[in-house]
Amino acid sequence: MAASAKHAAWALAPAFAVLLAFWLLPLAHLMVLGAESRDSNGSGYWQVLSSAQYLGSLGQTLVLAVVVTLVALVIGGISGVFLARHQFFGRSALVALLTFPLAFPGVVVGFLVILLAGRQGLLASLGLQLAGERWIFAYSLAGLFVGYLYFSIPRVILTVMAACESLDRSLEEAAHSLGAGHWRVVCDVIVPGLAPALASCGAICFATSMGAFGTAFTLGTRLNVTPVAIYNVFTNYANFAVAAALSVVLGAVTWAVLLLTRRLVKNAGTVL
Amino acid sequence: MKRSSLFVLQLLFTLLVCAFMLVPVLMSLLAGLTRNFFVGLSSGLTFDWLIQVWQAYSPTVWLSLQLALACAVCVCVIGVPAAYALVRMNNRFSRAFEELMVLPVAMPGLASALALLLTYGQFGSFRSSWVFILVGHVLFTLPFLVRPVMAVMQRQQLPVLEEAAASLGAGPIKRFFSVVVPNCRAGILAGVLMVVTLSLGEFNLTWMLHTPMTKTLPVGLADSYASARLEIASAYTLIFLLMIVPLLIALQAISARLSRGERR
Repeated sequence: MAASAKHAAWALAPAFAVLLAFWLLPLAHLMVLGAESRDSNGSGYWQVLSSAQYLGSLGQTLVLAVVVTLVALVIGGISGVFLARHQFFGRSALVALLTFPLAFPGVVVGFLVILLAGRQGLLASLGLQLAGERWIFAYSLAGLFVGYLYFSIPRVILTVMAACESLDRSLEEAAHSLGAGHWRVVCDVIVPGLAPALASCGAICFATSMGAFGTAFTLGTRLNVTPVAIYNVFTNYANFAVAAALSVVLGAVTWAVLLLTRRLVKNAGTVL
Repeated sequence: MKRSSLFVLQLLFTLLVCAFMLVPVLMSLLAGLTRNFFVGLSSGLTFDWLIQVWQAYSPTVWLSLQLALACAVCVCVIGVPAAYALVRMNNRFSRAFEELMVLPVAMPGLASALALLLTYGQFGSFRSSWVFILVGHVLFTLPFLVRPVMAVMQRQQLPVLEEAAASLGAGPIKRFFSVVVPNCRAGILAGVLMVVTLSLGEFNLTWMLHTPMTKTLPVGLADSYASARLEIASAYTLIFLLMIVPLLIALQAISARLSRGERR
C-alpha cells in the first residue's frame, strides 16, 4: 500500500501546483502589499486599523453577517426540521423550490431585492395601497439583510434536512413518553442533536455574508460594508496598500470564525 | 390521517418562506415579458425585451458558456486525480490539503481576485484574456468537484477492483483510467454540473478579473441592473435563469440517485 500512496501523491501534484501558483502566492503577495505605505501615511494595515471609517465598515459587516446567520438558522431550522419529518403532497416540489436560490449569484439576489423592496417594487405598491406611502428599503442595510437572508436560508434548510436523517428518533419518543411537551423536546432533544450541523452551516453562512460583494454592488455602492469599501478603495483611489490590507483583515476575520467553529464542532457534515 | 395544528402552523411558515424565495423570481419573469412593467400586465405581454437583450448581450452568454465548459474540463483534469490521491493517502498531509482547497471558497472572493490581480495583472496578454477569469473560476469551483468524487470513491469497493486489475498486470495509470474513473462517473457528473452552474453565476471574483472585452453573463447582468430599464434587466435575468434552472434540476436528480446508492 505504501507504493500506491506514493503514486497517489503524484496525482495531487497538478491541483497543488494550481493552488500554489494562483492562490497561495498571490495571497502572500497581498499580505506583503498590505504592509507597504504610500505618501507617508503609514502601512496599509495601520491606515485600516487607525481609521474610524474602515473599522466602522468592518464592524457593520460583522454585525450584519452575525444577525443574518442567526435569523437564517432559526427560519431554516424550523422549515428544515418540518420538511425532513413530514411526508405530504408536494413536499419534494417544495424542497426543490426552496433550494434553487442556493445557486443564484449575489447580483441576481440584489436585483430580486430591488424587485421586492425597491422604488417600483412589490412592497412599494403594496404600501401605496395600504398606507398611502411607498415602502422602500432595498437600498439600505435592511435591503442587504433581506438579500443575505435570501441566499442563506436555502443552505440552512438543506443542511438541517440532511442532519435530521441521522437524528435518533427514539430519543424524541422517549422524551415524549416521559411527559415532555413539544417545546421541551425541541429545546432539549432536537436542537442539541442538530447543534453540530447548525454550527458548521452557520459558519459557512457567516463567511458568505462577510464576503458577499454582488448583492451590495447591485443595491448601491454607498453601502458601507467591507467588500464595497475594498472595491471603492481599489478602483476609485487606486490605493493598493489599503485595499490589500482591508482584504487581508476581512479574510482573517472570516477564517478565524470558520476555524473556531471547526474547533468547537468536530466532523459535522456541511453543504458547502 | 388527522394533522395537528402544529403541522398546519409549520406548513404555513414553510410556505411563507417559499413565497419569500419565489415571489421575487416570478416578478422578475413577469417584468421581463411585460410591455411596460409600471403600467402592469394590462400593457400586454411581449418578447421584445428578450430580443433586445439578446442583441445587446449575447456575447456575454457565449463567453460564460465557454468559460463554464473550460472550467469544468480543467477542474476534472486536476480534480479527479486529486480526489483519488486524497482518498488513497488519507494522512495528515492530505487532510491539510483538503483544508487548503476549500479556503478559496470560504475566503471573500473579492480578496482572492484582488490578490490575483495585483500579482498577475502586470502580464498584459494574460490579464486581458478570458483565461485570467478561468483561473479564478477553477480555484473557486475545485472543491465542488473533489468533494462528491471523493464521496463516491470512499463508498465503492474500489481498492478490491484495483487490486484485481493490478494482479492482472495493469499499471497505475491504466488502473486509474480503466477502473477508477469509470467507477466514479456519477460523482464526476454531479461535480461537473455543480461546477458549470457555479461558474455561470460567479460574480465576486469575475467582476474584478474581467475587462471590457471579457464580460461574462453575471458581469453583463450587473451592468444592466445599473443602467438599463427594469424590463431589460428582468429579461436578461430570465435568460440567466433559463440557463441554470435545467442544470439545477439535473443536479437534484443526480444527488437523489447518489444518496439512494449510499443507503443501499
